[in-house]
Amino acid sequence: MNTLVTLASAGAIAAGLVFFVAGSAGLLRFPDTLTRLHALTKADNVGLGLIVLGLLPQVDGVLTGLKLIAIWALVLFGSAAVSQLIARASYRDRERR
Amino acid sequence: MPDTTQFGIASAVLIGLGIYGLIVSPQPLRKLLALNVIGTGAFLLFGIVARRGAAAGFGADPVPQALVITGIVVAFAATALAAALLLRLARVAGTTALDREAGAEGSSGGADETGIR
Amino acid sequence: MNPAAFDLGIALLVVAIAAFVIFTRDAYAAVVAFVAYGLLVSLRWVMLHAVDVAMTEAAIGSGLTGVLLLGTAARLRDECADGPPARTGTGLRVVAGIVALTVTGLLVAAVVGFGETAPTLAPQAAAALPATGLGNPVTAVLIAYRATDTLLEKVVLVLALLGIWSLAADGAWGGRPGRKQRADPDGGLAYFARRLVPVGVLVGLYVFWVGANHPGGAFQGATILAAMWLLAMMAGLADVPSIREVRVRAVLVAGAAVFLAVGLALLGFGDGFLAYPPAFAKALIVGIEVAMTATVAVTLVLLIAGTPERKA
Repeated sequence: MNTLVTLASAGAIAAGLVFFVAGSAGLLRFPDTLTRLHALTKADNVGLGLIVLGLLPQVDGVLTGLKLIAIWALVLFGSAAVSQLIARASYRDRERR
Repeated sequence: MPDTTQFGIASAVLIGLGIYGLIVSPQPLRKLLALNVIGTGAFLLFGIVARRGAAAGFGADPVPQALVITGIVVAFAATALAAALLLRLARVAGTTALDREAGAEGSSGGADETGIR
Repeated sequence: MNPAAFDLGIALLVVAIAAFVIFTRDAYAAVVAFVAYGLLVSLRWVMLHAVDVAMTEAAIGSGLTGVLLLGTAARLRDECADGPPARTGTGLRVVAGIVALTVTGLLVAAVVGFGETAPTLAPQAAAALPATGLGNPVTAVLIAYRATDTLLEKVVLVLALLGIWSLAADGAWGGRPGRKQRADPDGGLAYFARRLVPVGVLVGLYVFWVGANHPGGAFQGATILAAMWLLAMMAGLADVPSIREVRVRAVLVAGAAVFLAVGLALLGFGDGFLAYPPAFAKALIVGIEVAMTATVAVTLVLLIAGTPERKA
């Protein structure tokens, strides 16, 4: 049972890492700000979510697990708001040119 | 005894990079960044001393940790003062170049003429 | 223990980002890279088993310093019409390189020459911990064992603030720092601030409260509270306080004042300056910490807000 749980954790974390690598690759290779933001949100939301999911079976208490989920929720919220602000600023920059 | 030699070498390299940046960077803001890099490197050296003092069930000696926390806060206050000075210099002189000739070539902005009285 | 490869990998990453901060041409890129550098250094602190310091580094060293320097870089770009900076001469570069290499070499020699046994104060700290009623040794060192240091640090913070305020132009003397932020009250930033600030205040108070027994404490909690106020200001939901306001000035000195008052009271009626009697130690320490948190939060906000530029 324990090995299965550890395997599941490792699998989820590995999948999260794949999304992070994809997000970083997108950040480096995409041509402009809006597409790069698109790549970053994948890393932030899904990647972090998978890592948190993988870490949840490893924590020693419900409260720590809830804190991990709260961290993920805060990052989601923050990255959504900031992406929207950056996108609007970049759009306005482009309009000006 | 936890092995912290590699940590120490990395921190020493950080301090060296910061010193190089402090001397070489042409803009004061970059010098400020380099100063902060030196600061974090020096604090990491403190942290190595703390880690080597792990005893009595603690992972690291608490006294250097407290000193570093105080140091981080004071370093931030100093950075804030330096940034305020930089902005004031920009307002008054229209440039932050410390080298007068380099500044005079390209500057024309910032015309607060009251000066620092 | 961390596997050696992980240690080495993180060490190389930290050095690489620091090199980018120093060598890149663009000032903005350097500041953003510095924020990332600060977060990695925070990770290094966790690897050194110093979690309180890691939180302080992430919050103040990386976060607040990043906000401060990014704002400064933006204002400098607006106010200066500098052309590209003059290239530093090769001679200066060589000298700088030699100085840097010498210092690094000396430090590496010192680190490698560390002996097998290390001096440590951990046993004494652990032995005196029950008398303070705290569970977190770092908080005990900050407020009890090295209390005078923390008291003087409060004074240093106020002095830095006075230095910043003294740079005001004549017309704005004693006024409000910074420019009025104009954000769309129906926009994304205002919505974000309205939702996040209550949660952030709760997290900040929790981090401060839990610092008595777990990693956390007054500085970390105060930084989160300061960040929430800054967010509210940036979203246009609150304005920077005028520095003439009595309430602001009262809160700024409250930390040092309460500390000093408790110390002098203990000098008069107790065993000595800041020698907490074991019966009341926890209560006194928590009282001092509450005043400290409020002071540090307001001080951090005003340090970032900067020099007064508007009339009060």
